[in-house]
Amino acid sequence: MRHLLSTADLELTDVTAILDLAEEMADVQHRSIKKLPALRGRTVVNLFFEDSTRTRSSFEIAGKWLSADVINISAKGSSVSKGESLRDTVLTVAAMGVDALVIRHMTSGAPLQVTGWTDAHVINAGDGMHEHPTQALLDAFTLRRHFGGDTGSFSGRRIAIVGDITHSRVARSNVILLKKLGARPVLVAPPTLMPAGVDSWGCEVSDDLDAVLGGVDAVMMLRVQRERMSGGYFPTPREYTIGYGLTRERVSALKPGTAICHPGPMNRGLEISADAADAANSLILDQVAAGVAVRMSVLYQLLGGEDQQ
Amino acid sequence: MTELLISGVRLVTGPDDHADALPAGTQDILIVNGRYADPSQSSADATRISADGLTAIPGLIDLHTHLREPGREDAETVETGTLAAARGGFAALLAMPNTVPVTDTAEAAEYIRTLGEKAGHAQVFPVGAVSKGLAGTELAELGLMARTGVTLFSDDGHCVFDSRLMRRALEYVRPFGARIAQHSQDPRLAGPDACCHEGEVSGRLGLPGWPSAAEASVIARDAELTKLTRSRLHVCHVSTAESVDVLRWAKKRGIDVTAEVTPHHLLLTTAEVEGYDPTYKVNPPLRPDEDVAALVGALADGTIDAVATDHAPHARHDKEHAFGDAAYGMVGLETALGVVVETMINSGALDWDGLVSRTSLAPGRIARLGDGLGVRPVFGAPANLTVIDPGRRATVDRDASASLSRNNPYHGRELPDPVMITIAAGAITYSRV
Repeated sequence: MRHLLSTADLELTDVTAILDLAEEMADVQHRSIKKLPALRGRTVVNLFFEDSTRTRSSFEIAGKWLSADVINISAKGSSVSKGESLRDTVLTVAAMGVDALVIRHMTSGAPLQVTGWTDAHVINAGDGMHEHPTQALLDAFTLRRHFGGDTGSFSGRRIAIVGDITHSRVARSNVILLKKLGARPVLVAPPTLMPAGVDSWGCEVSDDLDAVLGGVDAVMMLRVQRERMSGGYFPTPREYTIGYGLTRERVSALKPGTAICHPGPMNRGLEISADAADAANSLILDQVAAGVAVRMSVLYQLLGGEDQQ
Repeated sequence: MTELLISGVRLVTGPDDHADALPAGTQDILIVNGRYADPSQSSADATRISADGLTAIPGLIDLHTHLREPGREDAETVETGTLAAARGGFAALLAMPNTVPVTDTAEAAEYIRTLGEKAGHAQVFPVGAVSKGLAGTELAELGLMARTGVTLFSDDGHCVFDSRLMRRALEYVRPFGARIAQHSQDPRLAGPDACCHEGEVSGRLGLPGWPSAAEASVIARDAELTKLTRSRLHVCHVSTAESVDVLRWAKKRGIDVTAEVTPHHLLLTTAEVEGYDPTYKVNPPLRPDEDVAALVGALADGTIDAVATDHAPHARHDKEHAFGDAAYGMVGLETALGVVVETMINSGALDWDGLVSRTSLAPGRIARLGDGLGVRPVFGAPANLTVIDPGRRATVDRDASASLSRNNPYHGRELPDPVMITIAAGAITYSRV
């Protein structure tokens, strides 16, 4: 594995290897000294063209716990508005001797394009509406633990992904990865938030959350982005919550043990109620913790085996 | 006196008829002082070009070129753009007005014409803006531009979306015999971030897309406005099957609407976008196979009248962004005929007369160019001629282009490479014979 750009690029054996290693990495955060020497002398740059707190912090901690030198570069406002091309920005950063570039960009496909301009390993930390592969991996890691521990545990599991599917990179990465693991994703959204061509994604599609909820093993709520609210995608936040929010009533309609996930940050009271977010079967904080372990695993898989002269 | 004798060439004239026309078929073509003359009258001093095995067609005319000068001379100049046009077999081109400043005054139009004359590689006809600064709010000086000879007006790159302004533009140009060339695209429906066709690929890749309805709905509206105003509409770069249906409906009702299709919309599909290569980011976007098939069919049956390149050169750094942030457009002057031969002739969709009609006669008629442009060769008229080798093929090399820009979607692809000689206004502007 040279880069991590899309969950589509991962073989099932890659996924298993990443998740298995993440289990080992997860132990690090319970140690008093959270440091492994694995990537000593390696430089990881978090090149973020878009705001992010949790993903950037998660990659930063992951890199540091592996002893890599981690540099954060915020290119917010984008190279475009500065007048510099993406290629020039990347060449400039790469010229500093970088081993891995963790890239978040507001435009789909940017990390893939970057691979053509640098020898560094490239990790997609979220590109536009396209993919967020480490989020899907940490979701899988969290659910695997919840379901009981091995990849077989995903087989036949119905997992609802609910909300703004059109604009969600998390949804796209998860659909691909969950199907790869044998699960059956179900996409739920009003038609205005369902992407063109979704019928070809090979999964169930519904606009009726209540009809879906009772028969799923996990429900992943997606964040409703504030800027969408004025875009005519739905009439009012109230109407959205009534139609597609994980309310207290809907939590009670879930089968016992149904996992509740959310990639964060949450809009409490909009797509997810406080009762749901804080429910006993909510895995939301587990997802955050898993993020560090999975990103440590990914960084190690990409950089760990290389000659470190 | 200059005399040029092209011998042994097979002349394809297109379907138009004219009493003084050069007869179709294999023959010698004599050009004296830039005008067609009787080859039996050639003198011993004539410059002779042996064209055995080659075909001559009326000089190509491009209805839709972006020359970028003034304002973006790092992407293209009139000199380099017309040089590329000559290499592509074009005797004349219409230069779109989205330059900096915009071609929205008579003076600006005259300036473009002067730059074209100075370059001398192809005849350059400015297209005037419909609205001041392409802003879509106030009419540009359509009448004053028309007095300088502008026959086509367009806000290309932007749709004239205000239906009242579009109505006024159509009404206003009617006495001049001019035509409004519309970039048909509902900007509200498409959204500001749209960068590819809305469909399976855009949904999967997470790219905001243009639905086909954004194009077809504006064509339908404009057809009604054209009927209302008894004016003339030209639809730029038609790209969808739905648009073809609307055009058929409008033409059937007798509305004076003409349309063009680009070579790239005849060959390339949405699949090219899979790798997020901004070379394939173009507006309107590349469409799925079924649209391409509909466009080929519509060009063949005349629903779409003409081929136009939408040659859109961009400096390298304007394309070296993420797909959604990169500039729209691709170059196309040098490869246009090759792509049309591949998609229309080699596929059997069109014969050579049909090709002449779509690449020269119809564009000339739509833009009312005159001066021997867009008509079959006639004795006494200025010679505008493209001599081709229909079977010649080559691998496209973007670095061998005369254009200043390299955003060539066919780089590395083998295509027909037929252009051997281009003659514009009686002068040889390109030759590799």
